Amino acid sequence: MWFSLPLFPPVASTYAHQEDLLFFFLLAVTLVFVALIFGCILFFALRYRRRSPDERAQPTRTYLPLEVAWTVVPLVIVLVIFVWGAQLFFTAMRPPSRAVEITVVGKQWMWKIQHPDGTREINALHVPVGTPIKLILTSEDVIHDFFVPAFRMKRDVVPGRYTTTWFEATQPGTYHLFCAQYCGTNHAGMIGSVVVMERSEYERWVQAQASPVLPASAGAILFQRLGCSSCHQTNTAVRGPALGGLFGQVVTLADGRQVTADMGFLREHILTPGRTPVVGYPQIMPTFQGQVSEDQILELIAYIRSLARDERAQGGS
Amino acid sequence: MSMVQTAPSYLEDGHGLKSWLLTLDHKRIALLYLMSIAGFFFLGAIFAGLIRLNLLTPQGNLVQPQTYNTFFTMHGLIMIFFFLIPSIPGVLGNLLSWYIFIVGGLFTVSAALFGGVDTGWTFYTPFSSIYSQSNVVLTVVGIFIVGFSSILTGLNFIITIHKMRAPGLTWFRLPLFIWALYATSLIFILGTPVLAISLVLVALERVFHLGIFDPARGGDPIYFQHLFWFYSHPAVYVMILPSMGVISETVTCFSRRKIFGYNAVAFSSLGIAVIGFLVWGHHMFVSGQSLYAGMAFSLLSFLVAIPSAIKVFNWTATMYQGSIAYDTPMLYTFGFIGLFTVGGLTGLYLAAMGVDIHVHDTYFVIAHFHYIMVGGAVMGFMAGMHFWWPKITGRLYPETWGRLAAVITFIGFNLTFFPQFILGYLGMPRRYHMYPPEFQSLNVLSSAGASILAVGYLLPVVYLLWSLRYGPAAGANPWRATGLEWLTPSPPPTHNFETPPIVQDEPYEYSTWEAEVA
Repeated sequence: MWFSLPLFPPVASTYAHQEDLLFFFLLAVTLVFVALIFGCILFFALRYRRRSPDERAQPTRTYLPLEVAWTVVPLVIVLVIFVWGAQLFFTAMRPPSRAVEITVVGKQWMWKIQHPDGTREINALHVPVGTPIKLILTSEDVIHDFFVPAFRMKRDVVPGRYTTTWFEATQPGTYHLFCAQYCGTNHAGMIGSVVVMERSEYERWVQAQASPVLPASAGAILFQRLGCSSCHQTNTAVRGPALGGLFGQVVTLADGRQVTADMGFLREHILTPGRTPVVGYPQIMPTFQGQVSEDQILELIAYIRSLARDERAQGGS
Repeated sequence: MSMVQTAPSYLEDGHGLKSWLLTLDHKRIALLYLMSIAGFFFLGAIFAGLIRLNLLTPQGNLVQPQTYNTFFTMHGLIMIFFFLIPSIPGVLGNLLSWYIFIVGGLFTVSAALFGGVDTGWTFYTPFSSIYSQSNVVLTVVGIFIVGFSSILTGLNFIITIHKMRAPGLTWFRLPLFIWALYATSLIFILGTPVLAISLVLVALERVFHLGIFDPARGGDPIYFQHLFWFYSHPAVYVMILPSMGVISETVTCFSRRKIFGYNAVAFSSLGIAVIGFLVWGHHMFVSGQSLYAGMAFSLLSFLVAIPSAIKVFNWTATMYQGSIAYDTPMLYTFGFIGLFTVGGLTGLYLAAMGVDIHVHDTYFVIAHFHYIMVGGAVMGFMAGMHFWWPKITGRLYPETWGRLAAVITFIGFNLTFFPQFILGYLGMPRRYHMYPPEFQSLNVLSSAGASILAVGYLLPVVYLLWSLRYGPAAGANPWRATGLEWLTPSPPPTHNFETPPIVQDEPYEYSTWEAEVA
């Protein structure tokens, strides 16, 4: 490998193409200004070099139009870059609604990945080409960062919350996955690969996996085992709200705040119910902090999401 | 020497350790600082050398991962808190701040001796507050103590600049170096307390498990990043502004021309200091802060680029129709302007949110800030060092060796850090003790450059020390510079001037001044 001198990373996602365009624009701006400044310095240094020790220079004259010009022109250029860069960022941060959701849990020092069908992978992610993939990320310990250079994609993975990002691969191949946020001793070993496959090949890969358990099914079993069902499913003694159709709805809290029941809210309510008591119900739910892992919380959420509006939580029955 | 020396020079005024350690003379304190920061610089450089040695091979098998992590942490801590931040301001600092500086330094270095600290200089929570097994508390106590040194230095400058200007030295007759130090001091006194608070919180969290940054206790790890960067981004300007001030002095002296656009250069220093406080969130685009907060930080980061660009244009225009000498300080000045230009322009990539996603936390960032910090701040420090050396010591250093070292430093620097831009865009993350094999060629180039850079830094140590004993006497004003300090003998007497000078001119009046001195 000694002689190989790569100069540019693979371009393997829709976003990578868009991001490279702005990169090349920036490169052009850089080259123009570097040529201008270096050229002037070189020219002045040679043209006006001191020829005798007693030489005197011309007095400095002020020239306002020049000063205005070199303030306004860079200002316009940076504003263009700002708008372009912000637009790109919005593209990168807003997944298309049809995207397939894959969950990622980081821990010192490995990546645990779960597909919607329940297939689990460690330090590897297999995806088909041409399909938008939304990643939902969280961490069990410190802050990590999910970085795939070939996709120009990077997102911090923060304990205590879900962050999201997305990509649509355009080029089959195997690409580096790095942890980009320093996370302790074996940070450089928290790496893996993203394998992008043609659709047919991907189908074969899916078939070859051991028959996985759907996250929602695993969540249903947990729901029963942890005793959630004793309050959230009975019809008569209404100790806790029914959870059917809850996901994505607006929930009114006891203090009048209105929050959306998204993944972050459900996670927080499972772990620290006392902080978000729901209006109309006594706050009797115990905390599940320390009793459920991040993987299990994701399964519980998958189960709650799977419940239709009129469906009462049935537990694992 | 035409002037008759009536008072002993500050170097002759009292001998022995006590006369130095209890001195109230700002020039002697400056020398104490100079020797200390030079020591810290070489200590930090040794860590850098070990990092580059380890990265010669993809397996990084020189040291264990944990050892490597303490190396880059110590390199960052020492270079930032014990060299770059105090370097130029400190060499003009006061005695109490020097003692505090040394005590803080001892704490931090002792943390290294007791097994090291592995958090990176950024101390990100919850790694630093819960998970790290290393000497975090001892280290942050050291940094906390050094913070007081910064605050005192800042106060000292602001009060001196307000109250102790020589008669006739109006605000707009101040050398631009002083404007730069004034802006730096503002950041010192406004920003340092916030750094101190955030580090205290990390220490309290470690010892008492308060839960401020711990999500399991309802805390927020991102909150630390806000606090940390609120100081540490302005601190970047603390590192570069004084060097910019030095460049304003050297570029005029060695072009024999008045600065082009004095007001623009002076106010751009203040502009950088003020806007610099409002850009901290650009370190956190991918951390999970809101999209709209990110946009505001991005816009402000682009705006802070403008005053920096204005300075570069003004320095370049100052050279136009000048009388340009290639003395050592001017070679470092060329180096500064060039490298700072590259460093500044690559900052635009990082401020552009869409591109930052890709290059954030990669070697691209490492290369960018080393172009600013080493290419800029250290080059400016070397320019100032060579410019004022004759004034400080009364001796001239060998000019040929000086020029050679400047050229070697420039070449070594570019070879070290330019490949890192490419490595970063390829995707090599920072703080990796090993890496995929295809990154090896560029890493080897970078390590080779570092060895050249080391020669560039060691040469001045040799010839500057040599000049103390064998260098020819400098005389009061070897560069025929304007500026008050050149009116008094070299080295100056303890009280600088027998009678306070009366200032009648704007600074950098090279076209009229020349006749009087020659």
